[in-house]
Amino acid sequence: MSEKVIAVSNLTKKFGNFTAVDHITFDVEEGEIFGFLGANGAGKTTAMQMLCGISMPTAGSGTVAGYDIIKENERIKRNIGYMSQKFSLYEDLKVWENIRLFGGIYGLSDKEIAKKTDALLERLNFREERNTMVKYLPLGWKQKLAFSVAIFHEPKIVFLDEPTGGVDPAMRRQFWEMIYEAADQGITVFVTTHYMDEAEYCNRVSIMVDGRIDALDTPAELRHRFNTDSMDEVFRQLARKAKRGDA
Amino acid sequence: MKQFIAFVNKEFRHILRDNRTLLIIFGIPVVQILLFGFAINMEVQDIRVAIYDPTPDALTTGITERIRQSAYFNYQGNMQSMVDVEVAMRKGKLDLAVVFPQNFRESLVHSGKTAIQLLSDSSDPNRGSISTTYATAVIARFQQEQADLIQIPFQIQTENRMIYNPLMKSSYMFVPGIMGLVMMIICTIMTSVSIVREKERGTMEVLLASPLRLGTMIFAKTIPYMVISFIDFIIILLLSYFVLGVPVNGSLLLLFLVAILYIMLSLSYGLTVSTMVEKQLNAVIFSAITAMIPVLMLSGMIFPIDNMPHLLQALSVIVPARWFIDVVRKVMIQGLGITMVWKEILMLIGMTLFLLGVTIAKTKKRLE
Amino acid sequence: MIEVKDLHKRYAKGKVNALNGLTFSVEEGEVFGVIGPDGAGKSSLFRILASLLLPDSGTAVMNGHDVVKDYRRVRQIIGYMPGRFSLYQDLSVEENLAFFATLFNTTIEENYHLIKDIYQQIEPFKKRRAGALSGGMKQKLALSCALIHKPEILILDEPTTGVDPVSRKEFWDMLGRLKEQGITILVSTAYMDEASRCDRIALIREGVFIASDTPQGIIDHYAERLWSVEGSRMSALLKALRNHTAVKTSFAFGDKIHITVTEGLQTGELKQYLAEKEFGEVHIAPIKPTVEDCFMALTSE
Repeated sequence: MSEKVIAVSNLTKKFGNFTAVDHITFDVEEGEIFGFLGANGAGKTTAMQMLCGISMPTAGSGTVAGYDIIKENERIKRNIGYMSQKFSLYEDLKVWENIRLFGGIYGLSDKEIAKKTDALLERLNFREERNTMVKYLPLGWKQKLAFSVAIFHEPKIVFLDEPTGGVDPAMRRQFWEMIYEAADQGITVFVTTHYMDEAEYCNRVSIMVDGRIDALDTPAELRHRFNTDSMDEVFRQLARKAKRGDA
Repeated sequence: MKQFIAFVNKEFRHILRDNRTLLIIFGIPVVQILLFGFAINMEVQDIRVAIYDPTPDALTTGITERIRQSAYFNYQGNMQSMVDVEVAMRKGKLDLAVVFPQNFRESLVHSGKTAIQLLSDSSDPNRGSISTTYATAVIARFQQEQADLIQIPFQIQTENRMIYNPLMKSSYMFVPGIMGLVMMIICTIMTSVSIVREKERGTMEVLLASPLRLGTMIFAKTIPYMVISFIDFIIILLLSYFVLGVPVNGSLLLLFLVAILYIMLSLSYGLTVSTMVEKQLNAVIFSAITAMIPVLMLSGMIFPIDNMPHLLQALSVIVPARWFIDVVRKVMIQGLGITMVWKEILMLIGMTLFLLGVTIAKTKKRLE
Repeated sequence: MIEVKDLHKRYAKGKVNALNGLTFSVEEGEVFGVIGPDGAGKSSLFRILASLLLPDSGTAVMNGHDVVKDYRRVRQIIGYMPGRFSLYQDLSVEENLAFFATLFNTTIEENYHLIKDIYQQIEPFKKRRAGALSGGMKQKLALSCALIHKPEILILDEPTTGVDPVSRKEFWDMLGRLKEQGITILVSTAYMDEASRCDRIALIREGVFIASDTPQGIIDHYAERLWSVEGSRMSALLKALRNHTAVKTSFAFGDKIHITVTEGLQTGELKQYLAEKEFGEVHIAPIKPTVEDCFMALTSE
């Protein structure tokens, strides 16, 4: 039995009277690609912040990468990778400078960084762009690079917050193939997305509505349960019941 | 016209809903006045003074009495000899010694002039020179009063700038400077930030793609800050008059008109800055460096221009605040009329037109 | 309604070629979708058409008005929505709408019927600050503000990026209703399912349209043999398929893999090949292409 990389129980976050995350319980296995879905305002970001050790839960408990969310949140930060659509790399630093920066932040030695940088650039076919400033890279390349940087220090789990926004279908697929490779190497991937076809790429998917997890299963099972052949429809049926957000 | 009003309304809403901006706009003038008025005191007080009067008479005792009564002096007593004076000074027990010559009154009446020696401890030159200045002022006032009592065929009036500020109250010096500084800050920084914020937030795109004329937008953005600056000007005026006791000797109307002119100038500068930067942060930094610092250092607000090296004196010519402060000092504190300040006013008008011209030339009606 | 001829645009002193000789036209009342990755030139094109940028060469005419010479007129007849940042965060929903109405010399009442469907959904929040709205609601408000003056042409630059599927669907339903009112809509999107809701679409890459037709037309032009492969261990399956000489391309499509194959390959052959690689349970079948398949084919050339 593989170790649970995430195991949370009754995790709750309240802001005054408002319950953003309402007693969620779930776990994620090592090497799993876990899709974390939900409408805007459903509580996804807040939940992720707790899992990343950035935000303190109001109630409940859990561990991420083996460390307690409440007591050992600093250690969690050191053992995870993170990439979001809003920020991933420094635009006015060159490609290799970004890699070195984040490698250093996660405690890799100079030698390791140098070696892994070469390997990374080779794998991405980026060798010619080594000295390019990130702001001049097209978006799709930026995202691939950002992902590579997020897993540069080989964390147990990487959190991806809508990583493929604004990118065309071809690029998105290339990105997901990188995710597959990472999962094959044993890195657990926790990803949120609005693309329902990407939900299909996940091993399991959870859908948050009004702060609760209203469904959690493999995509195939969910489609079967809701009697439809598209995740889009599954999502719509669940989201329709929501009281918060856009509905 | 409706567009214009709607825009002005929008700008006022932005301002009123942003607590930080409100704090800056109304907090700054109050803080500045209190700071410069009370806390930063260039005045010298508690001057330990002793008198050496070998042959006391009606006049010397009169002068001594005046010095004793003065709030600035801390009377230490009459010395018995020059040696005592020197010893006391060397020991640091005295800041100032007033030394009368022998037979003071007789000399004055018979030969028409005499001299009083002032010895001041100038290890702090500022304190030293101010001490002697205060003492001189006291003596001069005494002399003036005496001259009124004695019939003399002719009288010589010595006009001295210090008459307007005989006790060298620093607030007189600072208040015009604060006005210049505050209005420059508000108009330049706030206006430029307001415009650049639209660029940064992306709403500028939508505005450009609409029938809104750029002139309307720019003008509408300056109105709230014009109003606010003028309110600030009045606040400063009221505070300095009632709290600091700074007089308003000249025409209030002229003062208001010049303030409005200066506000327009500062706004124009803010507009010019907004055509040159793309980010709010840059607008603030650029405005602060090119507006605030020259005003603080070169406008004559704190440091007299005449004391500066020639290069800096030349530079101060292009600092608008310098001209404004000049006018305010002349009108407000000296009570002079427009005939004495037309040169400065012309400079201000010229600068405003120049900046407006630059703004118009550099304002783009498209994104690039 | 929109006529574009040979539009060129370069940036960074000629180093970045945003638009490379674009020519197309849009009919009145059409919903014309532009699909392509970031950096392909979509935003540059839209900005030029909105008269916000000057093209280096070429012409663009919006309902008879040249975007360069007659830009003032253009700005009166278009509604422009530049993605996510077009609202005043610290003004309320109501205030935003009122402001934009006045900007276009009209009132909310005058064209309320046009935005009613959309606005009713956010009306309960009308006093809330725009900054406090969720993504989907912001988009609805932004659309209302772009419509309030009854534009002849709507230019929407990626209006649904980052918005959840439910709101996206509602947004496109609204666009359909606007089309019925006779408004011409030019919209860009990164979502393929939205592409099929347009009357015509154009796929843009590196500053040129690599295809421009009705969705069905683009599908009809598809020349490949397309199969769908279903199985487990997707990542490994992908690799295995790519290694097969007769498989030209293979891409993940949800829980299936779409592959294009050369003439002559039979499904049985492939199944056996996969069985040898220990992929026992696979289901292979030829399928009809979707717009997305066409896009993948065109962009992987």
